[in-house]
Amino acid sequence: MSDIVKFKIDGKECVADEGLNLVDAAKQNGVYIPTLCHLEGIKPAGSCRICNVKINGRYMTACTTPVADGMEVENSTQDILELRKIIVETLFVSGNHYCPACEKSGCCELQALGYKFTMLVPRFPYAFEPKEVDAESTKLYIDRNRCILCKRCVRSIKSKDGKSIFAIKGRGHNAMINIDHELAAQMTDEEATKAMDNCPVGSILKKERGYYTPIGSRKYDKKPIGSDIEESVII
Amino acid sequence: MSKPIVATTSLAGCFGCHMSILDVDERILDLFDLVEFNKSPIDDIKEFTKMCDIGIIEGGCCNSENVHVLKDFRKNCKILISLGECAIMGGLPAMRNNIPIEECLREAYLDGPSTKGHNPDGIMPNDEELPILLNKVYPCHEVVKIDYYLPGCPPRADLIWNALVALVTGDELKLPYEVVKFD
Repeated sequence: MSDIVKFKIDGKECVADEGLNLVDAAKQNGVYIPTLCHLEGIKPAGSCRICNVKINGRYMTACTTPVADGMEVENSTQDILELRKIIVETLFVSGNHYCPACEKSGCCELQALGYKFTMLVPRFPYAFEPKEVDAESTKLYIDRNRCILCKRCVRSIKSKDGKSIFAIKGRGHNAMINIDHELAAQMTDEEATKAMDNCPVGSILKKERGYYTPIGSRKYDKKPIGSDIEESVII
Repeated sequence: MSKPIVATTSLAGCFGCHMSILDVDERILDLFDLVEFNKSPIDDIKEFTKMCDIGIIEGGCCNSENVHVLKDFRKNCKILISLGECAIMGGLPAMRNNIPIEECLREAYLDGPSTKGHNPDGIMPNDEELPILLNKVYPCHEVVKIDYYLPGCPPRADLIWNALVALVTGDELKLPYEVVKFD
């Protein structure tokens, strides 16, 4: 059995198992730290930086930081919230995010963070970079206009014999998500749905399912992202 | 004190944002008590007749006429508001931004499903009276200075109402979670 450690988030006393990453530990204590690349249950990557917090005065990504005894974490100070808003705005201008035309709208984590931080307009100019859509697979299609390269799909979606169905092709500015059409064709409906749900934006979508939930009852229509965690019973 | 004067226009938009202004329902009567409308499709005044306090812009800039109207609004309005996704980020018209303009025109007038075979002379609209398409669709704030932004497709009527009332009365603008949406 691992040791229990005590730490503080914005002055609130929290407890968790030693070594657990700070995002999941905060969640157990009813504190929401936003994530885009992190998914509970898979190895954290720390690539999107949206979970930036200040730990003992230093900026660190909460998903890659194991909790330790006596940690003092700043999660909702003005400068942290502003930093996160800047990241969200950067993601909005660097991709082609046409929310009104997107099937994921209302259930999109990036959009939900835009709402959470009341992003009325990004402060940066729009890039409008050309991106390709890959609709070759029978069950899924990939719209790279919306991809934020979080690698959730690469890390969490595997074939039955453990092969990656998604991968990153190219590097740096040219990096893009790619799908193995042969492996994707063998996916079950449940696996395809999981791939779609794990994608924080509308980049991986299941075919023949668009606009499934009516406006008004979608995931983030009424309640901000993370409110389920903040309202959860504290252990 | 005279009432604040409001002007509105729709550039590269679908008039949905204007419909959303009307969607304030019976509060439209309060709105007319609160403000006076000048150049706007709502009262069909075509040209500015005086300096306005608030200019509401729907739609982004997709052609030379949009730029002309937007600059005219900047000149004649003390405050400009970008209303809706198209004004803020180009919106659906901006989906053409990654397609070369020639390809867009060919699809619309020559090769599209409804035009293929029906335009043997390959005529494309090209009259000096017609505005020229820009290379891409621009958000309004990349053309002139915009003071406030109201997102949504369309922006919720309550958001428009809250913003106008706050602006006219000087009260603090309330932005409840349900009214700030991008779709």
